[in-house]
Amino acid sequence: MSASTSHDTLAHGTHAHPNPDAHGDGHDHGTRRTYLIGFALSVILTAIPFWLVMADVISDTMIATIVIMGFGVVQIFVHMVYFLHMNTKSEGGWTMMAAIFTIIVIVIALSGSLWVMFHLNTNMMPGHIMNPADLI
Amino acid sequence: MSSNATTAEGEVPQFYELVPHHHAPHGSTQIGFWIYLMSDCLIFASLFAIYGVLGGNYAAGPSPEHLFNLPLVAVSTAALLLSSITYGFAMLDMDEGKKTGTLVWLVITGLLGAVFLGLTLYEFYHMIHEGAVPQRSAFLSAFFVLVGTHALHVTFGILWLVTLLVQIGMKGLIPANKIRVQCLSMFWHFLDVIWIGVFTVVYLMGMLR
Repeated sequence: MSASTSHDTLAHGTHAHPNPDAHGDGHDHGTRRTYLIGFALSVILTAIPFWLVMADVISDTMIATIVIMGFGVVQIFVHMVYFLHMNTKSEGGWTMMAAIFTIIVIVIALSGSLWVMFHLNTNMMPGHIMNPADLI
Repeated sequence: MSSNATTAEGEVPQFYELVPHHHAPHGSTQIGFWIYLMSDCLIFASLFAIYGVLGGNYAAGPSPEHLFNLPLVAVSTAALLLSSITYGFAMLDMDEGKKTGTLVWLVITGLLGAVFLGLTLYEFYHMIHEGAVPQRSAFLSAFFVLVGTHALHVTFGILWLVTLLVQIGMKGLIPANKIRVQCLSMFWHFLDVIWIGVFTVVYLMGMLR
């Protein structure tokens, strides 16, 4: 009885932590090369949107906005991968889980706020006049 | 009675042997700090939402194109971006156990952070001098809260960095200091990520409005 339990303990221990030394240092610190790649990418991804706006390259405001936001999102991912060393394995995947949860909450908060606040007048009663000048 | 007997046989102590995994002294510090950063992310998300909703309400006051100086923003962005890579070099030197190299790169990082902070404060001073104060319009309130909160984070980051310089200077690259450098690294790169959002949404898109 006692022997089998201790065997279980051993099996559990080796299964959960195949390399005890790696535990607690779950972050991959990257190398000089990955830092430089990340830096080069973020310089490019910063310079292009600044150039687009400062030189007024795209005349259509809507397209320019979408392009700039696209560059911003890509650069955020570059930072997360090359500087914050995010991957699916660090801390047993929990950093990634926390990040995904946060991103979901951010998307709900941002899109929800913008959607609601820019549609406040939708479905109001026709008699409800928003402009005080029309009341006279 | 029989259950008492099995407990007495030592199953309970065995249970306690099962649970503790071998943790390094600071094993859970990094994941804990990461959770903090994610909660900080939510603060910024709500501030971005406020700016997104109110960013166009100028109340007949100054608009972004009258206030923002894009070359200045480009310089402060460059300073923060450079500070990210210099912090990376500090981390690499720390992994190799080079105390002087770590300190030098951390000092350079702190100076670049100070440049960024100085430029932000100069911009604020300039705007307030022109009468573009937070209470002027909803746009300006949202702007000062969002950019001000980021600047406050950078300020505390620099304070933390100076503290860390003293700690490394006194105790060297001991494990406790290493974990502190790693946490500040996450904080510093996180601030850079937030700044990407700020310069994209506030400054670049503000100029397009």
